[in-house]
Amino acid sequence: MKRFLAYWVTVFAAMCANAAHAQMKATAQNVPEIPYESVRNFLRLPANLYLGEAIGVATNSKGHVFVYTRSANTRLFEFDQNGKYVREVGEGLYGFEFAHSVRVDPEDNIWVVDEGANLVIKFNPEGRVVMVLGHRPEVVAGAIATAAGPTTPAEKYTFSRPTDVAWDPQGNIFVSDGYGNNRVVKYDKNGRFLKQVGSEKAGREPGQFNLPHAIAADGKGNVYVSDRGNNRTQVFDNDLIFKTSYENVGTAWTVCISPGPHQYLFTSNSNPNGNPPGSWDITGEIYKMELDGTILGRFGHASKQFGGFQVVHMMDCRNPNEIIVAEIESWRVQKLMLKPPQTKISYAK
Amino acid sequence: MKLYLLNLLASMLLSGITVAAQSTPEIRFDSEPGLLKFPDNIHLGEAAGVATDSKGNIFVYTRTGHPTISIGTSRAFAHGGSRLFEFDRNGKFSREIGQGLYGFLVAQQVRVDPQDNIWIVDQMSNMVIKFDPSGQVQMLLGRKAEAERIPGLPLNRPPGAPGGGGGEGPAAPRGLPGAGAQSDIFQRPTDVAWDAAGNIYVADGYGNARVAKFDKDGKFVKSWGSKGDAQSQFNTVHGIAIDAQGNVYVADSGNKRIQIFDRDGNFKTYILNVGSPSAICITRGEHQYLYSSNSNPPEDIDADGEIYKLELTGQVVGKFGRAGKAPTEFGTVNAIDCRNENELYVGEIGNWRVQKVTLHP
Repeated sequence: MKRFLAYWVTVFAAMCANAAHAQMKATAQNVPEIPYESVRNFLRLPANLYLGEAIGVATNSKGHVFVYTRSANTRLFEFDQNGKYVREVGEGLYGFEFAHSVRVDPEDNIWVVDEGANLVIKFNPEGRVVMVLGHRPEVVAGAIATAAGPTTPAEKYTFSRPTDVAWDPQGNIFVSDGYGNNRVVKYDKNGRFLKQVGSEKAGREPGQFNLPHAIAADGKGNVYVSDRGNNRTQVFDNDLIFKTSYENVGTAWTVCISPGPHQYLFTSNSNPNGNPPGSWDITGEIYKMELDGTILGRFGHASKQFGGFQVVHMMDCRNPNEIIVAEIESWRVQKLMLKPPQTKISYAK
Repeated sequence: MKLYLLNLLASMLLSGITVAAQSTPEIRFDSEPGLLKFPDNIHLGEAAGVATDSKGNIFVYTRTGHPTISIGTSRAFAHGGSRLFEFDRNGKFSREIGQGLYGFLVAQQVRVDPQDNIWIVDQMSNMVIKFDPSGQVQMLLGRKAEAERIPGLPLNRPPGAPGGGGGEGPAAPRGLPGAGAQSDIFQRPTDVAWDAAGNIYVADGYGNARVAKFDKDGKFVKSWGSKGDAQSQFNTVHGIAIDAQGNVYVADSGNKRIQIFDRDGNFKTYILNVGSPSAICITRGEHQYLYSSNSNPPEDIDADGEIYKLELTGQVVGKFGRAGKAPTEFGTVNAIDCRNENELYVGEIGNWRVQKVTLHP
């Protein structure tokens, strides 16, 4: 009997895992459409360089654009504010294996999250490594440590396919971790473990995750987590105590919070990888929200064409009216100039 | 009952050691974590090995770049992943040595001998490689496996197994676990040292549990040790150093001790109260000291991390540092250079950096 039960628990868990990849139509109604234009030929690469999957994108205070891409090797490129290629950062780096996120902190340090090496790497603005969180499993020990799925209890300083990084105003570091674990970890600015929410196990309760895929913090130090498999954005206070959850804007693939006195939250209901039939009708759009979850508008749609989106993986919203999006399946980065919403704001919560 | 008494005795002993460690004097120090200056397109990975030559030049053997497996016929081949860099005494980049070398897979250690030859130990190619001061390969111990099994290698594969570190060379004779072959087939070796006559001693290592001795021409002399916690047994031979009298100090990290042997491998004594010795170094000159790092595991910076300074008798002079990521903290120290007694170079696995540490005793 026990074995029978265990079997069905396993089957159920597998079904849940599948559900993690199912896309959800947003339930919010009457959301104003925000018109936008995508800038033509925004990023210009030298003739011998190509973007692969555009996984991470971020800007620094000068407007320089950093793109973390799965090319033949995973690489990090820097462009100026006009999209002109500047340089490669971290060429040949030991920690560049399989890109997942790039973010720039308030001091213009560049942080990447690599899910193939299980590392969060901090570069100073000059592009030199100044801190490493996590440990890349040694190649002599085999590839076991990055196996999919939660297997061992989450450790303080070891990630399992981490996804993203954020900071509060004090410089504390928050890491969403990730595909293997299902938790968010808080470290102090020197990388010392403080606490975590969630665990190695996936779950649906508040404070549990099913693939925490992106993370951002606001000016008060609240933490917003794209809980992709649960189709929601969970909000925590600075001590990672659960506050609330936004569940009406589809699948939360990625999140961005704009700086400044009035902050906005952007979340993407990205179309699913593989583009199954009907998926373009219910996914692909990005939402602009107040931090309290009030929806202000939506923009974009799934499409292979320029101006549309192919699985938005990351957004930069340093300027809330100029959103830079990185797409997995079109290998491109677009800069979107947002215009005022066409209809009156409706409160769809 | 007997067992109970033994346990009690053991725990008393252990607690006694802890107390001793806590009362160890702290040595004041400061550090320069940004000493080494790299060209724009070169980045340090895990700083596995660091050593200086007689002119003060600094050598770093690092796990950097991409360890790559390529598919050949029915076999998979391992390439690259580690590089050897040289800097001048001010940290200015001088050159790369052994660029693209066949045996550079997973850096483990670099040491410079009294003639300024540069020796590296590679944990995955299972090779010890000697470069002359100009950077030319002079001598090789061990052989890189022709091919690799995918995924990964079991940690304790049988000696000489195909795809294993011993490559597809001759199979090892049966013997005690970890004793290895009476030859230069290594299993994840960790370190190298020389006595005054130029005999070579290889710490071997993670896979085997032995010390292998070669003459100055690289001819195998003998090896000693096997896996275990008895006298002359080892549990991860992680480092080796030799004093002016030719005594061999072996960092037996899994057994939390440094075992001391004469040059023929006869056990003399051991040092116990320094945590898990990971990187060790013996200073030069009239009065020699021993440094030993109780390195934290890479997955935990809230434990250990301190470095001990000892008399060769084992008496602790003092300790300094702790695990962490900030400057003056240590992240899994894997190498210590102590050519100058109070000016150390420390290579860190966890923090991808070399710190120049100046002690103020």
